[in-house]
Amino acid sequence: MNYCNLITIFAFINLLVSIPHGYSNYVETKAGQFFSSGHTNNWAVLVCTSRFWFNYRHVANTLSVYRSVKRLGIPDSHIVLMLADDMACNYRNPKPATVFSHKNMELNVYGDDVEVDYRGYEVTVENFLRVLTGRLPPSTPRSKRLLSDDRSNILIYLTGHGGNGFLKFQDSEEISNMELADAFEQMWQKRRYNELLFIIDTCQGASMYERFYSPNLMALASSQVGEDSLSHQPDLGIGVHLMDKYTFYLLEFLEEVHPASQANMNDLFKVCPQSQCVSTPGHRTDLFQRDPGSVLITDFFGSVRKVEITKDTINLTSPVEPPIKRSGSSDIQIESLTYVDQLPVAEIIHQQDCLEANVTRCRRKQQRTRKLNCQVVEKQTA
Amino acid sequence: MAALQLEKQRGRYAALAIAAVVIVVGIPLWWKTTETYRAWLPFSEISELDSLQVHALRPSSRQNHVCDSIGSAMIYNRVFDKADLSLHMLSESSCGSVVVYVIPESSTLLPEDVKVYVGQRRTALLRSPPFKTSWNLKEVLSNLDVEVEQVVSTMSFGHQDIVAALSNRVRMTKVTKESMADSMRAIKSSPGYEITFSLLNPDPKSHSLHWDIEGAVQSYIQPLLNKLAPIANFSVDSQILYYAVLGVNPRFDNSVSAYTLSADSLSHVINPVEARLGSNAASSNPVLNFLLYVPDAHHSPLFIRDHSKRKVPSNAFHSPRWGGIMVYNVNEMYGPEAERPVDININMAKVMGVFLAQLRLMLGVQHTHPPTGFVLQSPGSAGLADWELDRLLWSRSVENIATASTTITSLAQLLDQIGNIVINDNIAQQVSSAVTSLQSAVAELEAGNLAFALQYSREAILASERAFFDPSLLHLLYFPDDQKFAIYIPLFLPMCVPIVLSLLKIVSEAKKRRADKQAKSD
Repeated sequence: MNYCNLITIFAFINLLVSIPHGYSNYVETKAGQFFSSGHTNNWAVLVCTSRFWFNYRHVANTLSVYRSVKRLGIPDSHIVLMLADDMACNYRNPKPATVFSHKNMELNVYGDDVEVDYRGYEVTVENFLRVLTGRLPPSTPRSKRLLSDDRSNILIYLTGHGGNGFLKFQDSEEISNMELADAFEQMWQKRRYNELLFIIDTCQGASMYERFYSPNLMALASSQVGEDSLSHQPDLGIGVHLMDKYTFYLLEFLEEVHPASQANMNDLFKVCPQSQCVSTPGHRTDLFQRDPGSVLITDFFGSVRKVEITKDTINLTSPVEPPIKRSGSSDIQIESLTYVDQLPVAEIIHQQDCLEANVTRCRRKQQRTRKLNCQVVEKQTA
Repeated sequence: MAALQLEKQRGRYAALAIAAVVIVVGIPLWWKTTETYRAWLPFSEISELDSLQVHALRPSSRQNHVCDSIGSAMIYNRVFDKADLSLHMLSESSCGSVVVYVIPESSTLLPEDVKVYVGQRRTALLRSPPFKTSWNLKEVLSNLDVEVEQVVSTMSFGHQDIVAALSNRVRMTKVTKESMADSMRAIKSSPGYEITFSLLNPDPKSHSLHWDIEGAVQSYIQPLLNKLAPIANFSVDSQILYYAVLGVNPRFDNSVSAYTLSADSLSHVINPVEARLGSNAASSNPVLNFLLYVPDAHHSPLFIRDHSKRKVPSNAFHSPRWGGIMVYNVNEMYGPEAERPVDININMAKVMGVFLAQLRLMLGVQHTHPPTGFVLQSPGSAGLADWELDRLLWSRSVENIATASTTITSLAQLLDQIGNIVINDNIAQQVSSAVTSLQSAVAELEAGNLAFALQYSREAILASERAFFDPSLLHLLYFPDDQKFAIYIPLFLPMCVPIVLSLLKIVSEAKKRRADKQAKSD
């Protein structure tokens, strides 16, 4: 006689846009503890929105945050860096391939391994919103995407010229605070972040975070509405202002932080008080679930991984089978490849040392070299 | 005078005609040409999805003729795993079901202290508790209910599993640490995954490592991936990295004369290595990395210590949603006089045993904590027991359904709120197909057909993701109201002012005439 057990489980799935009812309170413990923040990976989106040489400081701002974030552990694959102009290789840069953050050229924030994902004219409001919401065309490579999931903590840093309720991109368009708030709401709807830290260093920066309404957002700005953010110091050798005040002191603060540090957000809020910054930095934490005093700097700026020891293993007893031989692979002839003969550069260079009197001699030499090159090329193509 | 009147009359008619044309033809034309194309979406069905109730059916059957008729040789040899196999052949159980065989209390098939034996397939052997001979069949069966319930809840999904699967949709205030850890560890449901095996050799001058990764993947990992094929597509690749060092310096421990890595420093190991691990630029699938680190000759042997300073037998650790790292010591394989570099063949069975266990955890096969008296058969080279697979399929289906319905409802809400977004036909089609797939998936789940439910839920999630992340849905038509006025006023004001003024003049003249007539008639 067969007996059928019917077990019915009701799962009510509430799918309205509901702000979570509140996480349970976890005991604050050290960084090694598994549950303190609920994130497993970190992402950073760093945007510099201004072009032209005299906006050197905005590029330096972004690169200094990039440098700190990389130093504290976030890999390049998890950083989306958008620079609207190339200062390091700008014609007016007296020290090419460098971007300095401090006068007397103390700190080169450009470094050796900077990886810029969106450069020049690719930095637009549309691309920025596409990166945030994930609505990129399918041909976009991995490095240009923000592949965050519901357990990612994201740091978003914007700098440039701004005003009351907008941020200027590339001197031709602007993003409004409403658009930004909507973009963050779409990210929340799709659970593309666990917690998000938004830092903005522009004039009247606090207006940009006024309209946020999604949960788990914390925002910092360099100045209040009606105030201007000021630049820090010019370098007379380079000829422009190198950094903005707020990011300069932020960089100083971050240089003290190391991956195992316990500094928390309350220390970050104290960076650059009005005496140093002239403008009043502001912050907004009402949408954030956790108490800022329990949020570590490395939760956003670094990438401290949660690890667990692997306790179980599986006992595999069957021997390793040899891999399946692909049929027909031996039929393909592989040509042996060699390098092309190098150009006789030394001979070509020698021509420039020829004096006027030896011009004909040089020319004859040139002809010979050219013939030689032609012969070389012909040999290869034959 | 009459000609003047005629002219005025014609003027009045002309003004009225122009106003009529503007209002009747112009305004609708302008409205139609400036509206955005929005294809029809099934908003009513989507709002029904909002409060979706899923009744999940878990079928199970119980063989209650006590099984004395199993091959007697097996009983006497206590070979219960072979008995399990033959029982499985007896009744081919469908996906999602659990078959419990009850054997008499006095049977010697199971050892003394073992009450339940859970096999690799979907069957379990349960030793019946003692019962009085005076009881009839009904009482015996009802007595067994509790035991059977225990077996079934171990092998199949329970309330906690569903909560864990829905943890990012429904925030529960009371989640246990276990389920929180499980939900953080298991990688989110995705149509495909990339698995990368990397061999890190920081000291190629001393060690020349050989690992037969192709064969090992073929023998050990591929069976598991084949079994998991209904859930997602997997692509496996491997690489060898030379001169790759861990980010932390291990400490030399005199008591065991070996180098050790403490559990606290493990968090910082991964980051420097990750910068050098590549990934396939063409796909956006999540990547699971498994690293095998062979310590250099100067820092061998290297052991990992857990929080209580004990040695970890597997010498491996993993990071949730990222992958795992195993440290493989080779210092015992050669003596000090061996010629450098030493050829070393890595024992892939041991390595893959650890990686397979980590892979199972990453993919969401949860730990079972069986009650006392239960024995679980190890899955062996298949990687996954059938009932574990069923559990995974259940939680994946529920997670997919939850994710897809959230996506669709939030998309509908977004499109509703912002009137300026263009909705193309292909998006409408994706949304409709997602809604129908969701409804089918829920129906299949209620009927208990696990395989179909999973398939429909996968289709639903693919369609909903494609619709949500379509590049054309970017709302850049956000105009604040003052900008709208700024655009339209220079166009329409010069045109409307003469019309309005002439209309007003007509009306005032008509009023004056009526007043005159009134005065005349009085």
